Amino acid sequence: MDIERSEVIRVTSSEDVVRIRQLVREWAIRSGFNLVEQTKIVTGASEIARNTVNHGGGGTLLVEAVNNGSRRGIRLTFEDKGPGIADLELAMKDGYSTGGGLGLGLGGAKRLSNEFEISSRPGEGTRVRMTRWK
Amino acid sequence: MSKLPDVLKRREAGILTEWLRELKQSAGLRGLPPNLEETCRAFLVQLAQASRNGNLTDIGKPEWNEMRHLLEELSVSRARQGDTPSETAGFVFSLKQPLFAAIRDEAKNIEEMAGETWMASRLLDSLGLYTTEVHQKGREDIIQRQQAEMMELSTPVVRLWEGILALPLIGTLDSERTQTVMESLLEKIVETGAAIAIIDITGVPTVDTLVAQHLLKTVAAARLMGADCIISGIRPQIAQTIVHLGVGLGDVITKASMADAFSLALKRSGYSLIRHQPENA
Repeated sequence: MDIERSEVIRVTSSEDVVRIRQLVREWAIRSGFNLVEQTKIVTGASEIARNTVNHGGGGTLLVEAVNNGSRRGIRLTFEDKGPGIADLELAMKDGYSTGGGLGLGLGGAKRLSNEFEISSRPGEGTRVRMTRWK
Repeated sequence: MSKLPDVLKRREAGILTEWLRELKQSAGLRGLPPNLEETCRAFLVQLAQASRNGNLTDIGKPEWNEMRHLLEELSVSRARQGDTPSETAGFVFSLKQPLFAAIRDEAKNIEEMAGETWMASRLLDSLGLYTTEVHQKGREDIIQRQQAEMMELSTPVVRLWEGILALPLIGTLDSERTQTVMESLLEKIVETGAAIAIIDITGVPTVDTLVAQHLLKTVAAARLMGADCIISGIRPQIAQTIVHLGVGLGDVITKASMADAFSLALKRSGYSLIRHQPENA
C-alpha cells in the first residue's frame, strides 16, 4: 500500500474536533470521494476525535491518503495516552457509554468505515485506525 | 544603581537624532508613520522618568504605568495602519543602537559599559515584547466578540404561522451552542403557545452521535412543554450516515425539506392550502 501524503494534527479540545472535521472533509474531497462517502468519513472522524478528547485526554490524528494499487482511500489513525479501555468488546457494543452519550460512537465509526482496528491497554492509551476505500 | 537615567538626560538630543535616522533608514515602502518624532520623544521622556526609580527589570510595576500606556496606544494605532506586530516591536528595538552608543560614550570603564548595556538591552526587549502582547490581546478581543455575535446570530427562532415555529440551525452544534438553541426554542414555545416546532438542519454539515443526541434531547424537552417537533432538512448523505451510526430517531417526525415539514405542520394544525386559478389564465 502506498501512502500518497500524510499529516499529523493534535486532538485536544472540542475546537480541534471541529477543525478535524473540516480538514478530513478537504482530504476526502481531494481524494475524489463523493458527498455521501465524504460525510461518512467525516462523521466517523468526528466520533473518534471526540472520544480522544473526552476519554483519552487528548492525542493526535494521523491523516493519510493511501493507494493500494487499484483503489484510493483515506486512513485515519487516532492515538492517545489516556486511561485506555479495559473491555474492548463491551466498549464496541451499541448503547454502552461511560460518558453519558448515546453509546453509538465506536460501533457507528466502525460501520462507517471499510476497515476498523482498535487496540487499547489500560493505563497506556488507545489507538483507533479506520480506512475508507473509494 | 543604573546610570541609564543620567545617560538619557545628558544625551537625549543625540539619541533622538540617531534613533530617527535609524528609523528612517529601515522605513519600508509605506514610509514613516505620522508624528514619529513626537512619539520617539515621548518614549524617551517616559523611559528616563520610569527608570529613575531604579527598577529596570519589571515593567509591570506602577512606575512603568505611563510607559505601558504609551506602548498600548502605539501598538493599537500601528496595527490600525496595517503594521505587523514585529514592525511595531522593531520600533522599540531600533533604539538599541543609539542608546548603546550613548552608554559606551558615557561609561567610565568596560565593566560599567557591559553592565549598563546588558540592563538596557533587557529593558528594551521587554518593552518591545509588550507591544506584541498588546497586539495579540487586541486580536483575541476581536475573536471573542465575533464568537459571541455568531452565537446570537445563528439561533433565531422564527414564527412561521399561528402555532408553528421554525428553528433553522446553521453550522457546528457544539454543546455550548446547542444549549442556547434549546433555551431559545423552549422560551419561544412558551411565549407563543406554539404546538409545532420545525427544527431544520439543512445548514448543519455533520450529524454525528453527539449532534443526534442534542437534537433528541431538544425534541424531548419541547414535547414536555406540549409542542411536537419535526426535524427537516435531512439530506441523503446525512440520512445514510445516521443509519450507519445506528441512531434511532424513535417517533420523531422527519422530513427531507422545510417545505414538506411546513405543509405537514399546517395540515396538523387544521389548515388546508387551496390553489386558486390565476384570474388572467
